[in-house]
Amino acid sequence: MATFKEFRNSVKPNWCPGCGDFSVQASIQRAAANVGLEPDDLAVISGIGCSGRISGYIKSYGFHGIHGRVLPIAQGVKMANRDLTVIASGGDGDGFAIGMGHTVHAIRRNIDVTYIVMDNQIYGLTKGQTSPRSAEGFKTKSTPEGSVESAIGIMELALTAGATFVAQSFSSDLKELTAIIQKGIEHKGFSLINVFSPCVTYNKVNTYDWFKEHLTSLDTIEGYDSSNRMQAMQTLMEHDGLVKGIIYQNTEKPSYQDLAHGYSQDALAHADLKMDEQKFNELVAEFM
Amino acid sequence: MIDQLSWKVGGQQGEGIDSTGEIFAMALNRLGYYLYSYRHFSSRIKGGHTNNKIRVSTKQTRSISDDLDILVAFDQETIDVNIHEMRDGGVVIGDAKFNPVVPEGSKVRLFSVPFTEIANELGTSLMKNMVAIGATSAVLDLPAEAYTEVVEEIFLRKGAKVVEKNMEAIKRGAAYFTEAAGGPLAGFQLNKADGQKRMFMIGNDAIALGFVAGGVRFMSAYPITPASEIMEYLIKKLPQFGGTVIQTEDEIAAATMAIGANYAGVRTVTSSAGPGLSLMMESIGLAGMTETPLVIVDTQRGGPSTGLPTKQEQSDLMAMIYGTHGEIPKVVMAPSTAEEAFYDAVEALNIAEEYQCPVILLTDLQLSLGKQSVEPLDFGKVEIRRGTLDLNAELPEVEGGYFKRYEVTESGVSPRVIPGMKNGIHHVTGVEHDETGKPSEVAGNRLKQMDKRLRKLKNLTFNTPVVKYTPNEEADLLLVGFNSTRGVIEEIIPRLEAEGLKVNHAHLRLIHPFPLKEMKELVDSAKKVAVIENNATGQLANILKMNLGSHEKIESILKYDGNPFLPSEVFNKCKELV
Repeated sequence: MATFKEFRNSVKPNWCPGCGDFSVQASIQRAAANVGLEPDDLAVISGIGCSGRISGYIKSYGFHGIHGRVLPIAQGVKMANRDLTVIASGGDGDGFAIGMGHTVHAIRRNIDVTYIVMDNQIYGLTKGQTSPRSAEGFKTKSTPEGSVESAIGIMELALTAGATFVAQSFSSDLKELTAIIQKGIEHKGFSLINVFSPCVTYNKVNTYDWFKEHLTSLDTIEGYDSSNRMQAMQTLMEHDGLVKGIIYQNTEKPSYQDLAHGYSQDALAHADLKMDEQKFNELVAEFM
Repeated sequence: MIDQLSWKVGGQQGEGIDSTGEIFAMALNRLGYYLYSYRHFSSRIKGGHTNNKIRVSTKQTRSISDDLDILVAFDQETIDVNIHEMRDGGVVIGDAKFNPVVPEGSKVRLFSVPFTEIANELGTSLMKNMVAIGATSAVLDLPAEAYTEVVEEIFLRKGAKVVEKNMEAIKRGAAYFTEAAGGPLAGFQLNKADGQKRMFMIGNDAIALGFVAGGVRFMSAYPITPASEIMEYLIKKLPQFGGTVIQTEDEIAAATMAIGANYAGVRTVTSSAGPGLSLMMESIGLAGMTETPLVIVDTQRGGPSTGLPTKQEQSDLMAMIYGTHGEIPKVVMAPSTAEEAFYDAVEALNIAEEYQCPVILLTDLQLSLGKQSVEPLDFGKVEIRRGTLDLNAELPEVEGGYFKRYEVTESGVSPRVIPGMKNGIHHVTGVEHDETGKPSEVAGNRLKQMDKRLRKLKNLTFNTPVVKYTPNEEADLLLVGFNSTRGVIEEIIPRLEAEGLKVNHAHLRLIHPFPLKEMKELVDSAKKVAVIENNATGQLANILKMNLGSHEKIESILKYDGNPFLPSEVFNKCKELV
């Protein structure tokens, strides 16, 4: 069985020293090993941005796509081969700005993909512009007088979009994050894991210390029940979305693959493509 | 006795105009006639004039005709809008309900038949179209029995009584007409057909059938006119093969999901029209850069922007050849008949996998939605070639643990593996990359990878890149086109020949890479070249000029008002040119 070391390669990430994404990478590698995967059973699909490079830093099949389209690519991979474990990953700009349309629909479609967002509330690779997760008043190169737009409450939005697995974590909590990713992989259906992953270069507000101060662990909320959607929504609203842990999980709803009419139980990638002639003649006869 | 006849039915959209035409055509198809039908419709569901023009012939024909022999009208608007197409002595049959009139001086014969009233007598006004079919049959002297099979297929699930009523409606319509006209009309009886069984299908059906036969197991697509039928067919059929279709949130998702699924080893397609293709451009570049097979159907319609969504045009050509930023290998194929569309759909899948690049299967609205008779398809010609992909390969362990998915090879085509294969791990990225897929901006590597990708298509083998009719070594006129203009060009060639002209015809089935050798010979041996296309700027003519020079002899015959060419339009312009 593969250990987390086997999910490492020799590529040196081009992230800034201290970037939260290093821990996210380590957590994915550990979670993959913990659930018993081999590197060639895993496909990591990533978007564009600093965090998008992650697919090149994990020893597995990897696809680094185009900006905002990580989820359609990842869903295509999963539909083609349901035996693969598919992890999609990217930043908050990739997933919640340019890719938001896909995010909402991936959530409601519920294909078995684990989507890990490295949320730093800023655009890093383009050197510091506002993101849809930036707070109102946040000053960046593109909002020198402070952002006048509201930040997206992504966890709340996921709940209303019909999510079956919604979690949030913090890149400093390697152990918790690993456990959540592991649960996300094991979840049958789409799992959204938003990870606060501080940008040490461009975001001087939402720092490691800031998150430590502001995040509330769901473990500390007495009687919190992650199968209760109403409670999940209320808790998020009470804490302005700043909670960590598994916020909501619906284990009842089957995944898209299990609901799609006629969709093969075996990986489509290994299907026999040749049609028999009798079947062809039947199809032809329908046009006569 | 005649060999061809042009018939049209018109009324308000949502009134059963399509099914009237469909039932009429299916009955004639069963008798072995060649049929070609073209629908005039609008971007709305109910209301608005719609018509279905059907050409019946004892020979293959894929063009609408200049004039109309019979017009069946469910409202006065149908007569007003279409009367100019009627030939002298043609027949207009209108529902007595609206007191049909024809313009003064018109040389058509008008018959008022109580379609609705007869239908109501039989129980429901819904059957007025069957009464109209009956009246038409009386003109042609076709027995009502010609419809029995078709009517049973459509209505038997509703019960034998419904079949009986519909047949009765046909008979009553025929009887009424015969009595009013005093028998079948002279000059409207078709010669007997050959009785052969043929498919009668739209181009989109042919493509969709080709995809299923060619091993497509997944499709991601977004609805759009005139492409949706491809998706709808696969939605019905793929589950029979374990596959499925996802209706995505937009065309960007459709294209990128198809890229993901192709990357993971499943033959996956998407289809759209101009607006969707515009949204897919970045994805097409991704497929080119990552060397992922991807087949996209572009069913051209009137542009730009939303343009004329339900009308014929061929103005996406340049966008399909050159669209997407940067430079990638790409193939653009353009079938011109439903039969070709079937084989080309299969071949597009093979080319995409063999050359690991995007393939655009280009059609136009007239080919995609026009319904035509198709000679029996040869199942033996359907082959599945996956290039360097071998799903059962036992890969050796590789140094450094990364498979050289982008190995620089002489052909430019690299070995391909899919996720899940042992020892096949590699990285894929739209960033310039080295042989294992690792991002690299090193100049030397850049050149090697660019050259590798771009040389792949140098070895493209393509069966019949140009469909040719070349009876003349030296021609007065070479007619050139792509997609559905084939029908109109083939129709006018005998007419031009009858005028003493030496005419050759080249129809491009492969648009890109441009079939230089074949086209050069043909252009060089012609005094004049007429490029016939449904766009305003002569895009194909420009492609010819760019590749072949010969600017002085290449002329354009263009039509971009949303309607297909009429034979006489092309014929007259050709005569002006020579």
